[in-house]
Amino acid sequence: MQQRDVTLLMVIIILVGIAAWVVWPNNPGLHVQVGPLNLKREIKVHRGLDLQGGMQIVLEADQPAGQTVDGDAMAAAKGIVESRVNGLGVTEPLVQLAGTNRIVVELPGIQDPDQAIATLRQTGLLEFIDAGSTFLPPGLEVRTSYRETGEFGVVTPTPIPTTVLSPTQTLTPTATATPTLTPTLAPTSEVSPTAAVSPTPTPTPQRIVFRSIITGQHLKSAQVGQDEYARPEIDFTLTDEGAKIFADFTSANVGSYLAIAMDGVIISCPRIESAITEGSGRITGEFQLSEARSIVIQLRYGALPVPLKVIQNNTIGPTLGQESVEKSTRVGIIGVIIVLLFMLVYYRLHGIVADVALLIYALVTFALFKLIPVTLTLPGITGFLFSVGTAVDANILIFERMKEELRQGKRFSSAIQAGFDRAWTSIRDSNLSTFITCAILYWFGSNFGASMVKGFAVTLFLGVLVSMFTAITVTRTFIRLLYAIGGEKLRENTQWLIGL
Amino acid sequence: MTDIVGKRRWYFLVSALIIIPGLIAMGISLARYGSPLRLSIDFTGGALLELAFERPVSSAEVREIFVARGYTDTTAQNTSDANTVLVRSKDLESTEKATLEAVLAEEFGPVKELRFAQVGPTVGREVTRSAGIAVAAAAIAIMGFIIFAWRKVPNAWRYGLCATAATLHDVLVTMGLFSILGLVLGWEADSLFLTAMLTVTGYSVQDTIVVFDRIRENTPKRRGEPYELIVNRSLLETLHRSLATQLNAIFILVAVLLFGGSNIRQFIATLLIGLISGTYSSIFTAVPLLVVWEKGEVGAFFRRLLGRSRATA
Repeated sequence: MQQRDVTLLMVIIILVGIAAWVVWPNNPGLHVQVGPLNLKREIKVHRGLDLQGGMQIVLEADQPAGQTVDGDAMAAAKGIVESRVNGLGVTEPLVQLAGTNRIVVELPGIQDPDQAIATLRQTGLLEFIDAGSTFLPPGLEVRTSYRETGEFGVVTPTPIPTTVLSPTQTLTPTATATPTLTPTLAPTSEVSPTAAVSPTPTPTPQRIVFRSIITGQHLKSAQVGQDEYARPEIDFTLTDEGAKIFADFTSANVGSYLAIAMDGVIISCPRIESAITEGSGRITGEFQLSEARSIVIQLRYGALPVPLKVIQNNTIGPTLGQESVEKSTRVGIIGVIIVLLFMLVYYRLHGIVADVALLIYALVTFALFKLIPVTLTLPGITGFLFSVGTAVDANILIFERMKEELRQGKRFSSAIQAGFDRAWTSIRDSNLSTFITCAILYWFGSNFGASMVKGFAVTLFLGVLVSMFTAITVTRTFIRLLYAIGGEKLRENTQWLIGL
Repeated sequence: MTDIVGKRRWYFLVSALIIIPGLIAMGISLARYGSPLRLSIDFTGGALLELAFERPVSSAEVREIFVARGYTDTTAQNTSDANTVLVRSKDLESTEKATLEAVLAEEFGPVKELRFAQVGPTVGREVTRSAGIAVAAAAIAIMGFIIFAWRKVPNAWRYGLCATAATLHDVLVTMGLFSILGLVLGWEADSLFLTAMLTVTGYSVQDTIVVFDRIRENTPKRRGEPYELIVNRSLLETLHRSLATQLNAIFILVAVLLFGGSNIRQFIATLLIGLISGTYSSIFTAVPLLVVWEKGEVGAFFRRLLGRSRATA
């Protein structure tokens, strides 16, 4: 017995232990906290739309032929679609860009697909709202007068209780409202000193209907600029009507906060530094360049920046999905059992070793699917089964080579060694060619939302990768240990035992 | 030693006997549907709707309802049982779909939507184009890889080209049979078909590489032996493995075919055809082609053909 084999055995046992833990049903997930490192991860099987039912739609920028779409505009549209998808209350939705002008949306288990499409295609609403003396942290969902009644607060005769902070409400200082982090709002012509602002309390915002001052239709343009300290800032100009309203409002409310909200969600909350009468202003603060850009995109494209049309729709009912899960599970199990039996009958003792390696292979691959995570689809499961074939093929190549070497009269131990060494080049080259195919399938699948093709490529790739470890390293370690322990007794009967 | 390579003309004949009817079917299909295979909405654009009723319905009656509302290009068929109907039509707006489902419910009682797919016509064209690019890219990449991996063997590029020729053989066999099944059973190629084709080509190359690997190993060992003999020996040495692997894969696929869902049956059948063709082609196409090339038989064949035509002229 060699030291290397024992070490490898240890590695294999640990690996199997980890894999078994990952695969274990109702896995609690990862919750590790070591110093600054905080790992929190749910570990579970992600089922594709075809297995659990749901809707996949591909949206395309609806533009005249030949006209290209601005990348920023698509990114903004994606962000808006994403926020609307989140509003639908679907678990684990997926929104991603595909190609230059498409957005793929996946909504698992959606109840009313037609309603969902209507929601995704509607236009979004950008508002500047009067936050009074309250700093509203970005991401906060608020109620606004324009969204509730379609009217601006200024027109409403009875003022909505925005500026009043009722004393009964719990006041908690917001962590985000540290002085330097608070953006400020000032006219472009003036230099704004970054004045220190004391942290402001936030009321429970759900109850208050904030006053809408202007909406996206009053905004003429917005871009990222630089302040005097070369920090990114946001410059914007308003339409004539917007400028007038803005002038009146800001002159009366210097020192108050003016929040910017998209579909009722705060994206920025600058403080009014001084009256803005010229119809152009700037938002300063300690933004990252990327933050400033994303705010500008939302300012500019409050509504969907490009009209979207549904060019592809694939809806699978939940019953069909459930049926597919049952059938594919059964198929997977039957397929693996057939392979196990085949190897056992054909290669006997080595067949048992190959079977153990194959079970480890299945365990590790499935654990990887759960960890990465890989979304399982019907073609994905087929890809996995196909890779089972490849895993077994590697063992067949090795065992056939051993038999061949034995027939040529080689000594037993060198024949075993030669089986692994000589079979390696063909295993390596044939698997490399499979990887090439996988890469091209993946490219094809990502390019136009054919996630089925992509799923196949991913599972096949992972499967073949794992098989190179289990079918070669695991099998070799087991066989060497087997003969080291079994000794002479085993060697005497090898003819029959390995099916020569 | 069994002489496999020597009987190469017979293998080419067998291949021709399978491929030619397929080519004819593709020709008929081209004339009838405008493409060598019947294409699904993934490639042509359109809508597909699978509905489950609570009682048996006739697909013809369902079709009538679609036709009556102006969808004249509609086809309908029963799927897993008499209660379910699969409808294919031109592009269907979701509002239109809701109306049609209401009409159907009125006529046949409660109806449940099992699946709905819709693809715009431009997307369909684009998919067809990228599918073509994907297949061509895969072929070129793998050919390049083989030429690189066999660079130490004389005439490495022959190995690349012969492996590609064997792959082309499998593509033709699979597409041909699929085209025949399209004419007979109405099978339509969808994006899963493409997945199957690419898998088949991957598998075929994998199989060919195993045999070529043995030739690569034997060539320096048996210097002085005629090329044909080395090749034949390599073939025989890897035959066991080819058969064992092949049987295994066939067992799995037959199991999937018997117990899997009806929605992937076409996919599995395509894989099965391709797999069998892939094993056949690596033994009986790729390797004999190497020998044909080595002996210059292609040139000789044409010279003889020319000579004969000159003689008759």
